[in-house]
Parts: sequence; structure tokens; C-alpha cells
Amino acid sequence: MAKPIDQKQNFLKGLIKENPVFVMLLGMCPTLGVTSSAFNGLGMGVATLFVLLMSNIVVSLIKSQIPNKVRIPAFIVIIASFVTVVEMVLEAYIPFLYEQLGIFIPLIVVNCLILGRAEAFASKNDLASSVVDAVGMGLGFVIALTVLGATREILGNGSLFEFRFVSEEANTLILFILPPGAFIALAYLAILFNRLTQKVA
Amino acid sequence: MEYFVILIGAVFVNNIVLSQFLGICPFLGVSNKISTSVGMSGAVMFVMTIATTVTYLLHQYVLVPFELDYLRTITFILVIAALVQMVEIILKKVSPPLYQALGVFLPLITTNCAVLGVAILALGMEDSTLLKAVFFAFSSAIGFGLALIVFASIREFLELADIPEGMKGVPINLLVAGLLSLAFLGFAGLV
Repeated sequence: MAKPIDQKQNFLKGLIKENPVFVMLLGMCPTLGVTSSAFNGLGMGVATLFVLLMSNIVVSLIKSQIPNKVRIPAFIVIIASFVTVVEMVLEAYIPFLYEQLGIFIPLIVVNCLILGRAEAFASKNDLASSVVDAVGMGLGFVIALTVLGATREILGNGSLFEFRFVSEEANTLILFILPPGAFIALAYLAILFNRLTQKVA
Repeated sequence: MEYFVILIGAVFVNNIVLSQFLGICPFLGVSNKISTSVGMSGAVMFVMTIATTVTYLLHQYVLVPFELDYLRTITFILVIAALVQMVEIILKKVSPPLYQALGVFLPLITTNCAVLGVAILALGMEDSTLLKAVFFAFSSAIGFGLALIVFASIREFLELADIPEGMKGVPINLLVAGLLSLAFLGFAGLV
């Protein structure tokens, strides 16, 4: 390796500078599809974080064994195996979340974030850096999904993590839990995120 | 009649892009020009229909009889990846003009979650048959194409529009997608 990686920078880049959702626009389907409540967003985020972490670990460990030409199919099989694990665990232990996330659980396989990190990072770096990279990127994804889910739940349902702070009859902006609200809420969050990060930099 | 309901349902009411959020990556990624979006829609239509045919048969005659249902995700993604490769090779040989038009989009389709998503959704249809599943995939692909081409034509106009600095790029595209999705919400309850 040319120069040692600064692990703190490596961790933080996933949260802010290369945030998978707000900056890189990776994994948009689950981001928009499941974030009708903060809990769903958090659940999807954690499931993705797990798959990302495990696939980064495995890819980093066996990177020298995989022939260059078939590396993408090999990565996909590794990712699909862990997705199957997540699918079975969720179905057995958290059936409520399994119902809510539905088709988006098997679709973690085609989340470009995971394949992207396997290809761009884990296949070129050692185990420790790959773990830090996965946790940073994964947390960036978890935070983005939870914030988007929370925003939509507060505006659309008047509650947060199922805790209501307006009465059942109150008029909430139902638009935000319907599909169009996902696009609109994410658009404004992206503007806000750009604004905040530009100030920091 | 039944097929007509499937068609209207998949194209307008439950549009895979605008109300099911499948295939958002190509939707945002290749929609800056109408010509590329037409090419992408054609490639997706082609692959989605073939992929659903193969995965449906595989599920019905291999995975279910041998109780290997839990391998669904792995087998489906591998089948789709292999199929995309095969379609690419065959097209190159058989129909060079079609390959010219669709070729660059084919590799991108493996990671298009709409293809895997529709293959899985087709299994869950009410009293599904092979013909219904394939027709559903074909209709979904039309829905994808419709959304993509409409979105691309709006984006071509946006190139010339005066947009506030902070909203340029991603945010304005998402807002436009939101408004399109709002328009499609009007079809809810049609079938």
C-alpha cells in the first residue's frame, strides 16, 4: 500500500463528504420506497448496513482469490447470500418490519451502494479499512434514511417513531407519506444538506 | 379484460417508477436527453420481459418442487446477470442495428432494481399464470418507459430555465419527479 489511510477521515467521509444518499445518490430505490416512517427508514438502514459490512469484510478477505474477470458476479453472489440471511432473520424475528419493507428486502442485492463499495473500496484495501469504510458509509445511509423517514412521518402523520403529538383527527400533510412526498421531501433535504455542508467547508 | 386491467394497472396506477420506486437510478441517471431515455426504455422492455419469463419458469418448476424457495434472491439475480450478458452477445450477432441502439444500456440493466423487482412481484400476483406474469412484466416496462421519456422531455426544458443556485442539479430533478408522481397519483383507484 502506498500510504496508510487516515481511519478517521475514512470513517467521516461516508457521513458527510461522500454521503451515499445526499451526495452520491446511491441506493435511491429503498431510500424513497420505504421511508414513509422513521422506524421503517431505520430498519432498512440497519439491514443495509449489515449487508454492506459483511460483504465488505468477505470481499476484502478473499480479494486475492477472485479472478479479475468474474469479480462482479462473485461480488453479487456474496451480497445476495447476506441479503438472504437478512431476509430469513427478519421474517423469523421481526415479521412486522418484514411486512413493511416487503419487496425492498430482496432488492438490497441491487443497491448500488453495496456493490459500489465492494468494487471501489473493499476489493482494493485491507480488512480494517474496509470495515471502517463500511461502517461509515452504512451509518451515513442509516442517518439519511432515518432523517427522511422522520421528516415524512412528522409532516404526513404527525408522529415520530409511532409516538403521536397531534390528535388522530388533526389534518396532517398526508401528501408526505404518499409516493410524491418522498421525492419532494428528499429534494428539500438535499438542498438543506448542500447548504449545511457548504458552510462547513 | 383481465389483461387490460393488468396493463392499465402497471402503466398508470402502480407505475413502477413513480409509485413503487423501482428503477430510480436509471430514472434519474439517463434522463437528461430524450434519445438516451428512449434507448434505455427499449433495453429495459426487452430484458424485463425475457427475465420475468425465465425467472417465473425457474421458480415454478425448479425452486418450488425442490423446496429451494429461500434461494430465490440469489438465483434470480444470477439469472438476470447471465441473461443480460447473453442478450448482449446474441444481439451483437443477430441484429447489429438493434445492438447499436441498445448496446450501451444493457450492462447498466443488471443493477436496475426494476428488473429484479418486477420478477419478484410477478410471482406474487393473484392466480398467476406464465402468460399473465409475462404480460405484467411487459406492461411494467411500458410504464417505466413512459415515466422515463416524460421525465426526460421535462428535463430538456429545464436546461433552459432559470433555476435558483441551491436547487440546481439533484433537488430540482427530484422536485419534478415529485410533481410527476403527484400527477400519476390521480390515477389511483382507477382499477
